[in-house]
Amino acid sequence: MGFFKDSNLITDPLADNNPITIQVLGICSALAITAELEASIVMSVAVLFVLGVGNVVISLMRNIIPSKIRIIVQLIVVATLVIIVDLVLKAFAYELSKTLSVFVGLIITNCIIMGRFEAFALANGPWKSFLDGIGNSLGYAVILVIVGFFRELLGSGTLLGNPVLGDPIEKTGVYAYGYENNGFMLLAPMALITVGLIIWVQRSRNTALIED
Amino acid sequence: MEHIELFFKSIFIDNMVFAVFLGMCSYLAVSKKVSTAVGLGAAVIFVLMITVPLNWLLDQYLLQPGALAKTLGPEYASYDLSFLSFIMFIATIATMVQLVEIVVEKFSPSLYNSLGIFLPLIAVNCAILGGSLFMQSREIQSLGLAFNYGISSGIGWFIAILAIAAIREKIRYSNVPPALRGLGITFIITGLMAIGFMSFGGMLTGGEVNDKSEVISTEVIQKIEKEVEGIVGNSNK
Repeated sequence: MGFFKDSNLITDPLADNNPITIQVLGICSALAITAELEASIVMSVAVLFVLGVGNVVISLMRNIIPSKIRIIVQLIVVATLVIIVDLVLKAFAYELSKTLSVFVGLIITNCIIMGRFEAFALANGPWKSFLDGIGNSLGYAVILVIVGFFRELLGSGTLLGNPVLGDPIEKTGVYAYGYENNGFMLLAPMALITVGLIIWVQRSRNTALIED
Repeated sequence: MEHIELFFKSIFIDNMVFAVFLGMCSYLAVSKKVSTAVGLGAAVIFVLMITVPLNWLLDQYLLQPGALAKTLGPEYASYDLSFLSFIMFIATIATMVQLVEIVVEKFSPSLYNSLGIFLPLIAVNCAILGGSLFMQSREIQSLGLAFNYGISSGIGWFIAILAIAAIREKIRYSNVPPALRGLGITFIITGLMAIGFMSFGGMLTGGEVNDKSEVISTEVIQKIEKEVEGIVGNSNK
């Protein structure tokens, strides 16, 4: 039963070996696009596709890539996959692709992808690499969704564009009791601080992860 | 003037790290000591300085809609190769980085020893590709400006990593909660620094001057609208 034997490849990156909070990979995009939950989810799906497929492709080619030019080969594989994602987004979700702007292109240099290619796909078979790709992009997605959830909820009082806290202008819902949106959450620096707090919570719960 | 404006804007207002979060991975990973941070920062300035103008040329003469008409003749005017820009930019960057590595190794072994290990890292630094992509999306007008943009974004990144490395060296002596040590506190400090850098936002617009004129113009428009409404209302009566 190969699947159950390798299931830790998927579960480990979700928490104790999370690509963002533990391996410190792929921070750039995680921070820049999380002001809205929808953008975070789309970005996670894009990375899931690129990393899952890319890991398999690199793993299949691992014995024929000369090690000196492997970085260029990896970049070309990722760039091709990212072009596919970019064109699909432009065709089916044009507004969203504008919001994500250059950050779709920056999936190419997302360190998670290069990091997993280098550390895993170059040394393992396609099926294991696929699981590893899925696991790591899910770990990435978890953090993105958490950050996106809190930033959108506290910043604009909505979730996926739905006003869950009531209407701030008509003073319904929680706004009737004097609640105000914290516009600061929508600004870039709060993404950093939110991730910092997530790391704090995670390491307080699992003291084995503490540095130094 | 245009050059000076772009220079300061790229360093302080659109700072690669604090405004758009580019190159965060190496920013967090290589900022434990000031000396290594300086090495990586210098390498980033160097590579951005080369790749941004190069990609600008590629963009202008190959990738933009209708750009082929400039290079191959008017019958190619309808071609639009801009969907290839990701792959062209990253190939340029990866090639240039390896070329720079070879040249530096050959001519300046001492520089290679200090920069050497960082150069391969730089090919996958988001700040480098981000520099080229922002150059494209902001439609920078001339080769000189592209060169300027490359250097000044690099300097902005350099300042950022230098500052955080200095802070991290000092914070080792502080009593940070154990679970926050290392990565966590670095994130939070970077957030606070980013808030500080936001205050540079008013630097180029000259602060409130523009805002006031906008307020005044909207007030004027509202007055005119009220008057028009009044006239319309009167005529209806």
